[in-house]
Order: sequence, then structure tokens, then C-alpha cells
Amino acid sequence: MIKFILKGLLRDRSKFLFPVLTVFSGVMLTVFLYSWMNGVMTEIIRTTAHFQTGHVKITTRAYAKEEAQIPNDLALTDVDSLLTSVRLQFPDIYWVPRIRFSGLIDVPDEKGETKKQAPVFGIAVDLTGKNETENKILDIENKIVSGRMAVKPFDILVSTLLVEKLGITVGDNITLISTTMNGSLVMWNFIVAGTVNFGISGLDKSFIIADFSGMQKALDMENCAGEILGFFKNDLYQKEKSSEIALAFNSNYNDKNNEFSPVMTTLYNQNDLSSIIDMASKFTGIIAFIFIGAMSVVLWNSGLLSGLRRYGEFGVRLAMGETKKHIYGSLILESLITGIIGSVIGTIAGLAIGYYLEYKGINMASMFKNATLTVDNVIRADVTIYSYFIGFIPGICATILGSAISGINIFKRNTSQLFKELEA
Amino acid sequence: MKMYSFTVAVAALFLLNQQQDAQNIIKKVEKNRYSDNKYVVSTMIIHGRRAVRKIKAKSWIKGEEKSFTEYISPARERGTKMLKIKDNLWMYSPSSDRIIRISGNMLRQSLMGSDLTYEDMMEDPVISSHYSSVILGDTIITNRKCWKIKLKARTEDVSYKKRIILVDKERFVILQDERYAKSGTLLRKVSVKKMEFIQGKWIATHIIFKDMLKRGKGTEFIINEIKYNVKIPSYRFSKSSLKR
Repeated sequence: MIKFILKGLLRDRSKFLFPVLTVFSGVMLTVFLYSWMNGVMTEIIRTTAHFQTGHVKITTRAYAKEEAQIPNDLALTDVDSLLTSVRLQFPDIYWVPRIRFSGLIDVPDEKGETKKQAPVFGIAVDLTGKNETENKILDIENKIVSGRMAVKPFDILVSTLLVEKLGITVGDNITLISTTMNGSLVMWNFIVAGTVNFGISGLDKSFIIADFSGMQKALDMENCAGEILGFFKNDLYQKEKSSEIALAFNSNYNDKNNEFSPVMTTLYNQNDLSSIIDMASKFTGIIAFIFIGAMSVVLWNSGLLSGLRRYGEFGVRLAMGETKKHIYGSLILESLITGIIGSVIGTIAGLAIGYYLEYKGINMASMFKNATLTVDNVIRADVTIYSYFIGFIPGICATILGSAISGINIFKRNTSQLFKELEA
Repeated sequence: MKMYSFTVAVAALFLLNQQQDAQNIIKKVEKNRYSDNKYVVSTMIIHGRRAVRKIKAKSWIKGEEKSFTEYISPARERGTKMLKIKDNLWMYSPSSDRIIRISGNMLRQSLMGSDLTYEDMMEDPVISSHYSSVILGDTIITNRKCWKIKLKARTEDVSYKKRIILVDKERFVILQDERYAKSGTLLRKVSVKKMEFIQGKWIATHIIFKDMLKRGKGTEFIINEIKYNVKIPSYRFSKSSLKR
């Protein structure tokens, strides 16, 4: 039976080519689109986690409320013991202290007078310690364009665009004007150890990376940190696990009246990322739904056209004694075969494009020129195990659904009228 | 019609009289405050959300346009110096050994974490040249009889577009100063807690500044020592003195 149907399909291009091409293009687009969107979402989450939120973050309650203002006056105190405690309690996570800061970079001339100034923002991470975690998380060494890694507490890495803007070079002395933990204006000298380019438009314009211990001293934050970030060791955000960790941590510090008691927040609950994560998790379903809906309509329509074209064929088959159910069944079987063939080649093509874009990526720097979003300029697709099914199953379902709806007309044919219809 | 014109004329005359009275009061306040040269040792007690900090400073002030301040404690702030000449403010930080001009947005930063900004420090203290004034009425504050005067900015280059001040009727000292933004939001409140009669002048020696947009109990400004008409060498008001 299947062999018979296959022969029929291969010999009649109109029965086969259009439905297969439709399924192929739909499946290919779905697989590619899913992998691409997955890549975009993953990239946003990954970069935001690395530079801003961590997978979980510990701050004081007051700091968490006013985080957008970088309120270092509300920073965590006694950070060393807090770090020891969380490292013991949650050993599966990398814990890193950080200080976020903003201010002005002042470049002196030969007389020490201001030559140039520019607003900056930055993060202080452990660059000079023995722990290589931050270097791994932020991939700092690989982002250095010129100069070297910071090795002393007052070495600083400056983004390439800022270096150009200020007209400074590696080895120059610059002064950071910012505010201390007590709110006093501070001027502190740093040496430009290297220039970095993270390939993130939102950062590269005016970003600096300083050493954590140096910045603690500069901002009068001895044994203090603005935030402690936690990262899963596989660098993948796990929503449920992070919620469990946050719950366990927060149950130890449940003094809600103390605005300086530590509180842990998951990535999901920071920077409005919940909507992105929710959208990402619903994305598979949305794509499958849109795909099945749209493709079914297209294939239904194609089935109707095909039904009109094959009106005579069905009539003859009915006249020859084939039952309506059997014809309907064979029609469904035909669509199953075209669905499988279309879905297989569509998935292969979609995966090929997906893997290519995962490897090469697309540079969207011009689009992100003025973006404040912390996302890599080169967006890559992310092919996951779901990419193999996201188009395949709906591809088959849509073809069957389309045929099933259009094939209903077979049951409306009246045997007694057949010869009249055929004569006409 | 005649009656109406008469009423308007009387009201205008009354208002003009009120304005003249207010201007005279302001001039007396300024006269009481003014001195050629001053030397002041002061303490700022900053009641932050987390801790209370005390910052001690010495200041040399020449007229209304020149001042030089050196912070003497705590250790972290020791040696920080500030020089104000007319509309310019320079700051020297011993940690960087640099002199940097404070301008633009930096002027709106908090002064040493207090409820004052550098802009407050820069503001021309001569009220009469920047504000028109009108008496709103009489009131009593901390058992002192006061005039309640509304100040409205005449120029655009002032930080506060409206101020409501309470002036001691006898001593011509501003006992309370509410400073408003253009939108009408109360930005800062200055209250005098103590006045002293020093070298023939009544002076506020304990003032509380409160940034109304900030949490905390405000900043106390205490004058520990004040000397009028002291000799100040001219080099004191030069940029080179910042590094000395």
C-alpha cells in the first residue's frame, strides 16, 4: 500500500512537489528561527548574567531596591566572612564579589592639569588575586586588544572606544573621579594596563574594569562589596535551582526590618529579565502553534486545490468500489509521507543554517550602536536538542491536519451522482 | 470705577511697600553676615543611613567671592582642599596629588557625603542680587519672632527658584530656609539651632541642612571657631596653595 502510494506521489509531481516544498520551507524557517531566537535569548541572558546580575546576586536589601543608582553607600559589609559562608553552603556555585561604579575619567596634561574628561562606568572584579574565576567568566584575557592584564591593584583596563575618545595609551596615568562609600568625592590615580573590547556596544563606549582590591581602597570600601555574584559552574542559568538557592540563603537572613541585611535575588527577578526568560520558555510552544496553524491553513488550501484537481480521480475510485474511508485514509497516508519527507529535509536545512550561524554569527553592531542592552554585537544561533523536533513534528501534524480538513469533501460525494459528475 | 481704581492703587502701593520692606530686611541680613575676611573652624556631622560621620575643616573666606577650605579630619579626608574663586571651584586630593576643577554635573554631587552639594557651596550668598522678596507675614520659631519672606529667583543661574525664609526680627539672622525647585518641590531645608553673638555680629553657629529627597537625618554644620577681619595672605587663594 505504502509502496503504491509512494509510486503515485513520485510519478505525479503536482501531488508531491508543492506540499513537500511547503512543508520543507515551513520546517526550515521554524528550525532556523527557533535556533536564532534561542541564540538571541541565550546571549542576552548570558551577557547580562556575566556583567550585571550573575545567576544569583547577593546585595543588601536597600541596595537591591536602589540598584539602578549604583548605591555603594548601601554596600555589603564584612564581605570576607559572607563569602566564606556562601562558598561553604553552596559549593556548586562560583561566588565573586564585585563593585560597580561610575564617575569621570580625568586625563592630566604635563602640568597635571585636566586635559580631557569623560564619563565612565565600570566594574571592579578580582583581577590580581589567585582566583581565575572572573577572568573565565568575563573572558577578559581574550578581550584585551593592547597592553596586558591588570597585575597590580591600581591597574585598570579601559575600553578601546574610550581610549580613542580620551587620547590615552597603555601605561598612561589617569584619575578616576567618583564617590566613596561614604558619599565623598574621590580622586584616585590608575594606570592604564591594557585596552579591552568586549564587542558589546552598550559597554565598549565608556567601560572600565578595575581590580576589586584596588577599588575597595579607592572607594573606601575595605571588606565591603556592592554585590556578590553567583554563577553555576556550567555557566547556564537554572531557574528552579537558583530559586532554591535564593530561598535557602534568604531564610538565614530574614530580618526584613534591617535594610542592610543581605538578600539573594535570582537572575529571573533582576533587570526585568523575567519577561525575557518567560518568553524564551514559551517560545517553543508559540512557534509550534503558529507553525501548525499557518501551515495547516496553507496545506488545507493546497489540499482543497488538489481535491478539485483530483475530483475526477476520486470519482473513478469511488465508482470502482473503493470506500470513501479508504480513499480518505490513503489521502492521509499520502500526506504523512509528504510530511515526513518535507520535515526531514526542512529540518536538515534549518539545522544546517542554524549550525552555520552558531559558528559564524551575525554582527549587529550597527543595530546596537545606541543600545543600552548588555548584549554581544555578534549574535549567534543556538542549536539545541529542541531544534531537531521543533519543526519536524509540527511539519507532519500540519500536513496531516491540512489533508484531513480538505479531504472531508470526499464524504460529500454521492455515489448515485458519480457518473453524472464524470460525464460533466 | 473710581473706587475700583483706588483699591488697585492702594493694593499696588501696599505690595510695593511690602517688597521694599523685605528688601531692607534682606540687606540687613546680608550686612550682618558680611565681613571682609573670616577664618572659620567648622565640623560637619553627617547623619547617613548607615553611620554618623564627623568632618572637621578650616576655612579662610575673603568677601563673598573667595574661600579656601582644608579638611583636617577624619584621616581619609585629611589634606583634601577646596578653593573657590567667583564661579570656579577646584579640589585637591592628596590621594591622587591632583587638582581638579569641579564643574558640570559634579557640582550637583554631595559635598563629602553630606546633605549639601558643591553647588550649594558655590551659590552666591548675596540674596538681594538674585532674588526678589516679599513679606508673607509674621511667625515665631524657636521662641524668636520672625518675618516670613518669600524669595523668587530673578535670574536663571540660581539652584533654587523659590525660597521661603524666616528672618529673626531682632538679630537679622535667617533661622529657617526652605529651598524649592522650579516645579515647587521642596529640595532642601536649612534650620538654625543655635545663634551666637561674636565680634559684634549675630551668627548661626549650629545649622541643620536636610536634603529632602534623601533619607537620613540631615547634616549638622557647627561653627567651632570664627574670627572676623583676620589677615589672609593673598597666596591662600591661589591654585598653588592647594598643593602646599
